[in-house]
Amino acid sequence: MSRLATTFEALAKSGSKALIPFITAGDPYPEFTVPLMHAMVTAGVDIIELGVPFSDPMADGPVIQRASERALGHKMSLRRTLSLAMEFRRTNPTTPLVLMGYLNPIEAMGYEEFANAAQRAGIDGVLTVDLPPEEGAHCAELLKARDIDPIFLLAPNSSVVRIQKMDTVGSGYLYYVSLKGVTGAGHLDIASVQTKVAELRAHTGLPVAVGFGVKDAATAKTIADLADGVVVGSALISKIEGNLDSPEQAKQEIIELLASMRLAMDTFGA
Amino acid sequence: MTENYTMPDVRGHFGPYGGMFVAETLIPPIQELNAAYQHYLGDADFIAELDKDLQYYVGRPSPLYHAERWSRELGGAQIYLKREDLNHTGSHKINNTVGQALLAKRMGKTRIIAETGAGQHGVATATVAARLGLECVVYMGAVDVARQSLNVYRMKLLGATVVAVESGSKTLKDALNEALRDWVTNVDNTFYIIGTVAGPHPYPAMVRDFQAIIGREAKQQCLEATGKLPDALVACVGGGSNAIGLFHPFIDDAQVALYGVEAAGDGIETGRHSAPLSAGRPGVLHGNRTYLMADDDGEIIETHSISAGLDYPGVGPEHAWLKDTGRAQYVSITDNEALEGFYALTRMEGIIPALESSHAMAYTMKLAPTLQPEQTIIVNLSGRGDKDMQTMAKREGIEL
Repeated sequence: MSRLATTFEALAKSGSKALIPFITAGDPYPEFTVPLMHAMVTAGVDIIELGVPFSDPMADGPVIQRASERALGHKMSLRRTLSLAMEFRRTNPTTPLVLMGYLNPIEAMGYEEFANAAQRAGIDGVLTVDLPPEEGAHCAELLKARDIDPIFLLAPNSSVVRIQKMDTVGSGYLYYVSLKGVTGAGHLDIASVQTKVAELRAHTGLPVAVGFGVKDAATAKTIADLADGVVVGSALISKIEGNLDSPEQAKQEIIELLASMRLAMDTFGA
Repeated sequence: MTENYTMPDVRGHFGPYGGMFVAETLIPPIQELNAAYQHYLGDADFIAELDKDLQYYVGRPSPLYHAERWSRELGGAQIYLKREDLNHTGSHKINNTVGQALLAKRMGKTRIIAETGAGQHGVATATVAARLGLECVVYMGAVDVARQSLNVYRMKLLGATVVAVESGSKTLKDALNEALRDWVTNVDNTFYIIGTVAGPHPYPAMVRDFQAIIGREAKQQCLEATGKLPDALVACVGGGSNAIGLFHPFIDDAQVALYGVEAAGDGIETGRHSAPLSAGRPGVLHGNRTYLMADDDGEIIETHSISAGLDYPGVGPEHAWLKDTGRAQYVSITDNEALEGFYALTRMEGIIPALESSHAMAYTMKLAPTLQPEQTIIVNLSGRGDKDMQTMAKREGIEL
C-alpha cells in the first residue's frame, strides 16, 4: 500500500481531513524549500505537493508563474527538485510527497529514468498537469510499478465518463479543480463544489482532494467538510512573494496560515 | 512515401507527434470543438458559406504569379509565387480565421480569443470578429507589441482588445500560454482561434484543412500554367500553417520536393534562432508533442528571429512527422539572408514581402540556380511586408 493510501486511511479512521500545501520547489531559492517542508509538517500538514518549476506553466495563474520564474532563476529543474525531495526524505520517512508539474521536463529526462529517479527520491505521487490519461497510460504504468500513484485532475465540466476513466487509471487521490480557471483565481462556489464532489464520490472510491481557490482558514474548513483533502497553493506562495526581502518572515506567515487552517479543519461545527 | 496520406489518426497523432496534452479543464471544450468540426466538415451549408466568404471576402483564388524577371536573374528554375499577400488583411492567416469564426458562430460562441506573434493572425481574427459582431481579445507578447505597433493599431481599430503579455519571454509562446489561461477561465462562451497548425488536437488538423486551399489552388494553377506538377515547393515555417497549407495537397505526389524554411536568426551555431526542426528535440508544449527548442531539463528556451511570426520554440506536429519520414526537408535561413530575400523580391518584382515570407524567398535564391529552366518552384508568398516597414526603416537608420 502506498504512503498516500495509508495516510488517507489513517485520516478517515480519526475523522480528520488531509491538509495539502503546494509550494514550488526552489522558490524563492533552493535552500529555502526543505526547511519549509519540515516546518509545514510540524504545523500539521498531511501531504506535500511539490511543484516542479516549468518555463511555460499554462494552467497556473500569475502567482505560481512568478514562483516558477524565481525558481528557474536559480537554475531549478526536475532533477534538482528530486534532490530536494530526497533531502527531505532523509529525516522524514512518513509524510507523502507528490510532485506536481508539466510534462516536458519528464519527456526530456525520459519516462523510465524519471520513474526510477522519483522512486529513489521517495516520491509517492505524480500529478502531471498536461498529461491526460489518453496520453499518459504508459507513464502511469511505469509509476504504479514503482508504488508511485499517478494522480489526475478533474474539473467542474468533467463528464461521468471522465470521472470513471480517472478512477481506473488514477490512484492515491483525485484532485478536483474547484473552478474553471487557473490557480489562484476567483473564489469558490461552495454549492457547486458540493454537488460535484457528490457526483465524484458516486463513481470513485478514491479520496477526493479539492484545490484552486482555497485562501484562508474559513475556506479550508468549508472544503474539508465536503472532501477528503484540501489543497492550498497560491495563498502560500503569495506569502513568499510578499516577503522576498525576508524569507524567514515568509516562512513564519506560511506556517501561521497552515496552522490556522489545521485548527479550523479539526474544529467541529461552523 | 505514403499513398493516400491520411494523417492524423482519430486522436490527433502524426506518428509519435501531435495528440492532446492539456489540463483536464480543457478536455471538454476541446472535445466539443472536435465534434463540431467533424460535423461541419461534412455539412454542405457550412462548406458553401465558407467557400463564398473565401471568394468574396478574402478575395480567393489568390494568383499564382510567374516571377519571370527574378527567375531569369537567378538563372535556374521558373519561380512562381503563390500570392497569399493579396488576401484581405494581407496574409494567409485569414483563410483559417474565416473558417474558425464560422465554426464559432455555428457553435453559438459569443467571444473570440486569439494569440498573435507578428500580428497578422491577430488582425485576421479581429477582422472576422468585427464582421460577425463577436467580442474579440487578442494576446500578444509585450516584445511583439513594441515591434509590430502598426498591427496593434489595426486590431484596435477593428474593435479588438489587445492584451500585452508580460510573462516569460514576452513573445508568441507566452501569448499562447495566456490565451490558454483565458480559455480555461471562459470556456462556456469563448472560442479560441489558434492561428497555426499547433495546439492540441483538433487544431493542427483543423487549421491545416482551412489552409489547404492554398495548395489545392496552387496545384490546379500550376497545371494550367505549366501543364505539369511543380518540382519543388518552398514555404517558411514558424508554427507552420502556410507551409502545411501549401504542402498538404501535394504530399502524395512524391515527385514534388517539399522545403520548409525555418528562421536561423543569428545563425544555428549561435543558439540564437527559432529552428526547432533543424536544431531542436522532441517534447511536449502547448498541447502537442513536436520538435521544440528546450534545454536538457526540458525548459523551453528563448527564440530569436528578425520576424515576430517565426519567433516560436515549437512547430506544428505534422511538420515533425514530415521531417522524420523524410517527405519534407527542413532548412534554415538567417536574419541577414532573409533580408537579402526581402530586398531581392522588392527590387526585382516590385513586391514587398513580409519578413516571414522573406525566409522562403531567401531559400528560393539558393535552390533555383541548382535546378533547370524547365523546372518549376512554387514559393508561398504568405504575407505582405507593410507591417515590417518600421522594422526595416529602423535597420536602415531611417525615422518614419
